[in-house]
Amino acid sequence: MSAVAATAASAILPNQRGWLGALSDHFWRQPKLLVFLLVLPALLWLGIVYVGSLFALLLQSFFSIDEFSGLINYEFTLKTYAELLRPQNLDVILRTVTMAGAVTLASALIAFPIAYMAARYARGKWKALFYLGIMLPLWASYLVKVYAWKLILAKEGILNWVFEQLHLTPVLDAWLSLPVIGGNSLSISYTGTFLVFLYVWMPYMILPIQAAIERVPTNLLDASSDLGATPMQTFWKVIFPLALPGIVAGSIFTFSLTLGDYIIPQIIGTSAFFIGQAVYAHQGTAGNIPLAAAFTVVPIVIMGLYLWMARRMGAFDAL
Amino acid sequence: MTSAVSLQTVSRHFGAVKALDEVDLEVGEGEFFAMLGPSGSGKTTCLRLIAGFEQPTAGQIRIFGEAVEGVPPYRRNVNTVFQDYALFPHMNVRENVEFSLMLKKVDKPTRAREAEAALELVKLGGYGDRRPGQLSGGQRQRVALARAIVSRPKVLLLDEPLGALDLKLREQMQDELKALQKTLGITFIFVTHDQGEALSMADRVAVFNFGKLVQVGTPEAIYRQPNSRFVADFVGSSNVLEPEFVETIAGERRWASLRPEAIHLLRGEGGHSALIGTVVSRSYLGATTRVGIALGETVLHAVVASGTDEPAEGDRVTIGFAREALHLMENAG
Repeated sequence: MSAVAATAASAILPNQRGWLGALSDHFWRQPKLLVFLLVLPALLWLGIVYVGSLFALLLQSFFSIDEFSGLINYEFTLKTYAELLRPQNLDVILRTVTMAGAVTLASALIAFPIAYMAARYARGKWKALFYLGIMLPLWASYLVKVYAWKLILAKEGILNWVFEQLHLTPVLDAWLSLPVIGGNSLSISYTGTFLVFLYVWMPYMILPIQAAIERVPTNLLDASSDLGATPMQTFWKVIFPLALPGIVAGSIFTFSLTLGDYIIPQIIGTSAFFIGQAVYAHQGTAGNIPLAAAFTVVPIVIMGLYLWMARRMGAFDAL
Repeated sequence: MTSAVSLQTVSRHFGAVKALDEVDLEVGEGEFFAMLGPSGSGKTTCLRLIAGFEQPTAGQIRIFGEAVEGVPPYRRNVNTVFQDYALFPHMNVRENVEFSLMLKKVDKPTRAREAEAALELVKLGGYGDRRPGQLSGGQRQRVALARAIVSRPKVLLLDEPLGALDLKLREQMQDELKALQKTLGITFIFVTHDQGEALSMADRVAVFNFGKLVQVGTPEAIYRQPNSRFVADFVGSSNVLEPEFVETIAGERRWASLRPEAIHLLRGEGGHSALIGTVVSRSYLGATTRVGIALGETVLHAVVASGTDEPAEGDRVTIGFAREALHLMENAG
């Protein structure tokens, strides 16, 4: 028998790590205590800093502003919400929601094939290249990208030049002459705002869809085919429903990011306000914090409704 | 016998890897056919070729006489029960079972009726509203079975369908599968690495090794007359005897197999047999006891009934067996 085995003859190994060892033993016997201690900071952060400030914001929206003195009247009232429903404010909401909806729909349509290819066919080196391609734009400054797009979309910009070289300038002009979405040039039209939103938020749509498709086991596709489904039927009956949680997750990103953004519509597009700009203007120069707060409640309510609807439609059934 | 599935010199190579190599096979209509072999032997590849998930690199597959080259899985009237069931997680049990009928545009009431009938056949009547995630392994297996038989395919393929079940459930399912096959009259082709399962369930067994079909025959033939060392060893852990040893007892220099249960032991060194050895191992298996006997370099295993004064380790014993029990093999492989 070796010397080591001879000294450690006891059935229970000695605690060689002092109070740390004793602490480990204690946590081993009380695993819930450890979980509680680990979760506590996160809970405090979420509970106080995050939800708390959100609640404070919500509270602000129930105050009102005295129109003559510009002072905030700290009495509960729905007056601010009545103000929110004025035509010019409803206009802002409608414009923003329509834009967010259009951006979300378009990015889902573009992202799906990309995500599908990456999840089903890309392997090894190609997969790394895919992630790099998706993530790389995220590493560059958001402002730089937006200003770059302003140059791309400008009348003297590269996009106009490309259309000209392809003798497609009339097509572009026809598009720009359309009411609402058109304008003098792409960089000062809703189309321009839309394109930049689409570009900037695209990775947030691709990544969740790709993750969802990747989680669909190949044998489900085999099973579907085996039971008589053509590739098209397999797509609609199996792949799409199972990728839906990913699409919903991605759309939450693109939709809420578009709803809240105030920089892109300021740099690119018309001078008409989006919700983010309205919030910025009201809490800044105008000092109308209650109305700014009421504006921020709009995206929260819309996202809540959207998630509730997605749930009702069974988007999360496979989770 | 009408041929349900026939393979003519079928190969499936993946680069240099010969997953399946020049296999000829005929499966009769209504047969319960087992494909047996260790993992990587080509049996699952063979199944995937019949289902249409893979295309052969050479050779031809016919299903009920029709060549299926270039026919996609969804146009083959062949269904599969997958090893891990492959149930659709976003559908409930009924929707899973109805899937093939839904694709065939069968109307809703008929669909529901057929699905319920299929579920009853696998003893899961009334489980339609559950989600696959709420079921036990055995129940999921039954749902996979119901889903595969609901549209009455010409051939049902089963890929290690009982592999994930515990012993008790496996034995029960073996009986049920056998009964189900009788009721439906569908050709079943069953892939397994469990020789006991293959022998007890199948009408005929095909043994695969390294992508080659080694032997096809009834369970009795495979068990009693293995054609190679591999089959003898893989199917029922037979004693495989080397040519030199066989020469001393049978006078012929060939490989031979000897079933453990064919050996009887006599205490001591009496009797007329010249085969005397020493007991080197003993394992109690319940009804029987497996005894290892060393005869010089060779170790033979015998299975004797328990409680009949089995020899202990170190005892000298004389080995006896009927000459017919010694099966000389054609193939040394």
